[in-house]
Amino acid sequence: MKQFIKALAFGLATIVSVSALASSGGVHLDHANNDLTDKESLKKGFKTYINYCLGCHQLQYQRYNRTFKDLGIDEADGVANYMYTGDKVGGHILNAMPKKEAAKWFGSAPPDLTLEARFRSPDWIYTYLRSFYMDENRPFGVNNSVFKDVGMPHVLQDLQGVSSIDEHGNVSPAMGGTLTVEEYDVLVRDLTNFLEYVGEPNKLEREAMGVNVLIYLFIFFIVAYFLKREFWKDVH
Amino acid sequence: MSNVPVNNGRRRFLTAATVVVGGVGVAGVAVPFIGSWNPSARAKAAGAPVEVNVSKIEPGQLIRAEWRGKPVYVVRRTKETLDGLAKHDDQLRDPNSEKAQQPSYATNAYRSIKPEFLVALGVCTHLGCAPTHHGGDFDQFVDGVSNGFFCPCHGSKFDMAGRVFQGVPAPLNLVVPEHSFSSDDTLLIGVSPDANKGEA
Amino acid sequence: MLMKLCTDFMGWIDKRLPVTDAWNKHLAQYPAPKNFNFWYFFGSLAMLVLVNQILTGIWLTMNYEPSGDGAFASIEYIMRDVDYGWLLRYMHSTGASAFFIVVYLHMVRGLMYGSYQKPRELLWIFGMLIFLVLMAEAFMGYLLPWGNMSYWGAQVIISIFGLVPIIGDDLTLWIRGDYVISGATLNRFFALHVIAMPLVLVILVFLHILALHEVGSNNPEGIDVKKKKGSIKPEDQSKFKFHKQYTDKYDIVDAIPFHPYYSVKDIMGVAGFLILFCWVLFFAPEGGGYFMEAPNFTPANGLKTPEHIAPVWYFGPFYTILRVIPNAMLGAIGMFSAIIVLFLLPWFDRGTVKSVRYRSKLHLFNLIQFSICFVVLGALGTLPATPTANMIGAIASFGYFGFFVALWFYSKNEKCKPVPERISH
Repeated sequence: MKQFIKALAFGLATIVSVSALASSGGVHLDHANNDLTDKESLKKGFKTYINYCLGCHQLQYQRYNRTFKDLGIDEADGVANYMYTGDKVGGHILNAMPKKEAAKWFGSAPPDLTLEARFRSPDWIYTYLRSFYMDENRPFGVNNSVFKDVGMPHVLQDLQGVSSIDEHGNVSPAMGGTLTVEEYDVLVRDLTNFLEYVGEPNKLEREAMGVNVLIYLFIFFIVAYFLKREFWKDVH
Repeated sequence: MSNVPVNNGRRRFLTAATVVVGGVGVAGVAVPFIGSWNPSARAKAAGAPVEVNVSKIEPGQLIRAEWRGKPVYVVRRTKETLDGLAKHDDQLRDPNSEKAQQPSYATNAYRSIKPEFLVALGVCTHLGCAPTHHGGDFDQFVDGVSNGFFCPCHGSKFDMAGRVFQGVPAPLNLVVPEHSFSSDDTLLIGVSPDANKGEA
Repeated sequence: MLMKLCTDFMGWIDKRLPVTDAWNKHLAQYPAPKNFNFWYFFGSLAMLVLVNQILTGIWLTMNYEPSGDGAFASIEYIMRDVDYGWLLRYMHSTGASAFFIVVYLHMVRGLMYGSYQKPRELLWIFGMLIFLVLMAEAFMGYLLPWGNMSYWGAQVIISIFGLVPIIGDDLTLWIRGDYVISGATLNRFFALHVIAMPLVLVILVFLHILALHEVGSNNPEGIDVKKKKGSIKPEDQSKFKFHKQYTDKYDIVDAIPFHPYYSVKDIMGVAGFLILFCWVLFFAPEGGGYFMEAPNFTPANGLKTPEHIAPVWYFGPFYTILRVIPNAMLGAIGMFSAIIVLFLLPWFDRGTVKSVRYRSKLHLFNLIQFSICFVVLGALGTLPATPTANMIGAIASFGYFGFFVALWFYSKNEKCKPVPERISH
């Protein structure tokens, strides 16, 4: 039996190591190191999203009032400072972009980003938004080293400035933006943080509940263990 | 229980402890199953307070708003109508609005916050039909009362405060929903004045 | 006073329905071998997970919308708008993977201790039918979130049916009910997933347990606790009281009543399992991308294939067998054979000694190599098909089938250790 457990453990170790190799394949991603408990960061990310992203990318499953509540934004304040579309406060975060037209402009309609952080991972978003570089051959004059031939313009270019790419595929630090490299990284981290929050608004609640559940289960296990031991005194 | 005659306190204690701790667990598991039946965020968004601009309502005019799937009548009552309300108390079932068909802040002679604006559910308290508003020709149903609501289904009659007349099937006055004014011109249906103050 | 009322009430019931008798026969006076080890938790755990799936499934159905336009959005509605919806959904999605982990370990137990051997062939077959229905149930359930991996996973599996000679194309068309996977496919899968399959599953589980209690439980020693009537001296028989259905026919040794001994033990097992289960559920519900795959966070799109289509991990072993055989037709045959040979296991094994503890080193080796091959096949199923992966997969497939072939040859005249009469510890 021991051999069996060893064999299974070996097999599982194989799966984990092999798959770790496979999932890291492709481009190198920087760590976003974002923090979902940092409400100020989330608010800034939300603001950046509203100002720069929402014009094209909806968050069609996320509601304004839910976001206000989770981010600690007063509702009246939220309506005044975060809602430019005149939607209801209980409504979803939508834009008015016509899908068919958008598909013509960009090659394909800009995707909804509610679940982007779960689909791509926060690290991907963080790296992607910092990987635009000049490319004359693209319709908007920019390309991206994480998402090759992406159909989207570099919306944050005024902030970041412009980068170029060398023959080894290294993107140079951006120049000429209104933000320094560090400031831009913080801005993108906040945005990434916000998108991770939107991807799963219940994540913190889930983990907090999980701690309580596990504490309960340990207690239950101990009680059950003693019960079992007591009854099994009969068995010889 | 056990087939072997063991009967010590420890065993009973541990069994009880497991049952109690396990019971807590089962109750905990029940929480999401029961909780998920509450109105969802979608339902709450759909049932959110409704705003009505009352500045455009002419005296004597009724407008309909929809709140949580029900028609809400908003009437701007004229001075004459308001004065007339006191004159037929003897023909009403509940002239002083003693039954809780309205929030406490609307338990008054006019059944409203501002006397001129009646806000009531357009749902007959008999079987839920929508009473029709008769402005000026209500005396065909009740002598001497010129304005009121008449329910076409079973002939229930209500005055311009939504109070039910005697001798009709409807047992109760029309329901006055929670409402408040966020400004002089803006009526909010579904929010009490206290909650409205709290939020603003 | 209250006690008497209860006794009277049970007496009233028992005259009309043998509740107490069934309780005794299957729990309080069921003779279970006293030496069940760790591996014997997985039967009751499978039952627990089944109950979890049925309950959370019913609750998810209350807010899920089975339509091509609404399915994906309704999942996000459950995850965000419904109170505790996210918890119910994660309980169900984590439960699906947990179900297979538990069932696979339950099967490993059967393999190790020869629980499939005579007289438990039918018990094993019911178990295999449960496994088969479970796979169908899981496959159909996986389409319901209507994510892109749901869509393409279903696409791949359904197209396997297209390999059936002559009627293949018509068959896939019939299964889909459309020229592509569409709302029509989703709706029929939904109906089967929430009603038909669970019903069949519950019936099969019932039969599985009935068959188990008819032949009696095996144990890690593979020694029967039911001896020929009259062969055991009364003082050597088990001191516990068992139901007369068992004692009338046999002398019972080395057994204990299932309740309370194994019920308390299983409660402990459940607590231990739930610690692991809830740890995944609350802290890693995506299971590292294995329990919930990243491409499934985008809606189904018939024009955009995910970069790497991988079935959910629990189909991995069978998917790899399908993939490593170069000819599609033979691949499909290989995949179905991999399941059929499992059904026939009681007849591949011609030995009479059950437990690996008393069987030959060769058998031990065979079991270990089979388990490794199975795990490797599973791992490969979730990875891209590179030439290296395919080569390893081919070797593992060979090992998988080799287990059965070798077993058939060596089990006839296998050199086993002598099996004791009684369970000694």
